[in-house]
Amino acid sequence: MSQSPSRKLPPAPLEYLRRWPIQLSLVVVAIFLYAPLLTMMLFSFNDDRSITQWSGFSLKYYKQAFQNESLIIAFMNSLTIAFFSTLISLVVGAMAAIVLWRFRFGGKTLFDGTMAVPIVVPEICLGVGMLVFFAKVLPWPQGLPWPLNLGAIIIAHVSFSFPFVAVVVRARLGSFNRELEEAAKDLGASDFRALMDVVIPHIQPSLIAGALLAFTLSLDDFVITFFTAGPDTVTFPVKVYSMVRFSVTPEVNAASTILIVVTVLLTFLALKFQGSSALTAGHDGGAGEKK
Amino acid sequence: MEQSWRQAKGLFFTLLSAPLFWLVIFFVAPLSIVWLYSFGENQGLVDVAFTGTWSNYGKIFKGLRWLDFSDALYVNLFLKSFWFAGLTTFICLVLGFPVALAITFAPERWKPWLLLMVMLPFWTNLLVRTYALIAVLRTKGFVNMGLESVHNGINSVSGGALGAFDPLPLLNNNFAVVFGLVFVNLPFMILPLYSALDRLDRSLLEASLDLGAGHVRTMFNVVVPMAGAGIASGILITFIPALGSYLTPDMLGGPESQMIANVIESQFKRANNWPFGAALSFILVYLTFIAIALQGVFQARSQARSQGGRA
Repeated sequence: MSQSPSRKLPPAPLEYLRRWPIQLSLVVVAIFLYAPLLTMMLFSFNDDRSITQWSGFSLKYYKQAFQNESLIIAFMNSLTIAFFSTLISLVVGAMAAIVLWRFRFGGKTLFDGTMAVPIVVPEICLGVGMLVFFAKVLPWPQGLPWPLNLGAIIIAHVSFSFPFVAVVVRARLGSFNRELEEAAKDLGASDFRALMDVVIPHIQPSLIAGALLAFTLSLDDFVITFFTAGPDTVTFPVKVYSMVRFSVTPEVNAASTILIVVTVLLTFLALKFQGSSALTAGHDGGAGEKK
Repeated sequence: MEQSWRQAKGLFFTLLSAPLFWLVIFFVAPLSIVWLYSFGENQGLVDVAFTGTWSNYGKIFKGLRWLDFSDALYVNLFLKSFWFAGLTTFICLVLGFPVALAITFAPERWKPWLLLMVMLPFWTNLLVRTYALIAVLRTKGFVNMGLESVHNGINSVSGGALGAFDPLPLLNNNFAVVFGLVFVNLPFMILPLYSALDRLDRSLLEASLDLGAGHVRTMFNVVVPMAGAGIASGILITFIPALGSYLTPDMLGGPESQMIANVIESQFKRANNWPFGAALSFILVYLTFIAIALQGVFQARSQARSQGGRA
């Protein structure tokens, strides 16, 4: 298999990528997934107010977006929330993963099962839960200085992010050789020291992947934030939502394009950091781990 | 082997404390309050009293008669949401399966790029993706503009045989909601399908093809039974978010295409009937649990079957 087969040969039985029905479906799905996003990005450079009639190249809507103070504030809020939510989710999620991986204890199945609920339960249910919780049980004080005023949203985001981090970290822990930790302890390390110096370095790639996942989940979330946000704690998606309600203009396209570029850059950075094999993780026989 | 917690109590309690605290206080507690509210009644403008009433659940099934759903407003709402989510899942399966197949059998060096192609929209903000569809679907959107130019082209050749162009109503209706749900959820279907197909033993497929079965027959008789659990989890992972969608019907749908989540939102915000909204939310939670339980049963069965086959 060192030479790629000549194009003239008929496709081998399982070379589905070289059969036209499969190729057609791939092209259709690619157009379906990308055409709306690409045209939306293209029309953010439109000269006219229309988002469907092209009339010339212009950057004026980017200028408008950057001069729209409430949009900038919303964007900064989103980044701040994502930063703190990622930090807390990473610590809490990793702790949960390690405790579930390392210990046998009563109620473990219950704990494990409950951890899975935030992943599967519809967003709207968690959203109304947070609405009721912050209205009745823990009313978040109004008018706190930034970034404390974002506390309620950060808490809500951690609640649905940390179980995802735990899943990612636990998958990585599965490949850890427990004898290494025992060896460290035999050589005199305490439980805590062995954990920090032996286990944590091993799970480092999954910590990066988990952090990226938590960051994107937080930046992406609309529904739960919509139920938790107050008038002075607007996030980027909530702001864009209210802009869309008001009018559909290239300014919204420009704002959306900026968000897409930020997320795509973050994704590529993380993939570069982990090696592109992260994409096929678990399917390449661990070849990526030897990098 | 896992260690008993008694052997390292300090470490165990340190590691358990934060996740347990967070899970109980900021997840279990909020949902439990909503659950309690679903048995409560409005008292005055802002207070809810826990009276243990079943009237909120009763209201959902009000007007329901044997084999006649026409008067049951909320039962119809659930049926419509089920129909939207089911149709979405089916379309995603039909569109996603060939793509997953292509990725599975693609040359190694292409695989990461094809996976990236599927995952990139996944990383893009849901609101942004839904917003992008407005320009595609609206009366003067890209689809109608394309159709109009084809229409005018035929008209100019045939001398106006088709008459004036009538734009298709593509936005603010049920079609737009299902289109949007497929657009948003398709990556959810492709990724689990790919991971199931990738684990298949290829020699069995080759054997089936060698022995004279066609590609379609091999798919249905060999691939689908072997990848059954993966397909089921793809279906589940698409169906559950689709059933609870809020944003897509809200932004793309019309007044008659509201789904459960939209009604829950209006009960909590505009209608200010929290107990009823809570009951609706919990029906959605129960449905989710039922779906997961069904998938668990299915998975256990298929595992038992594959183990039985090997023994």
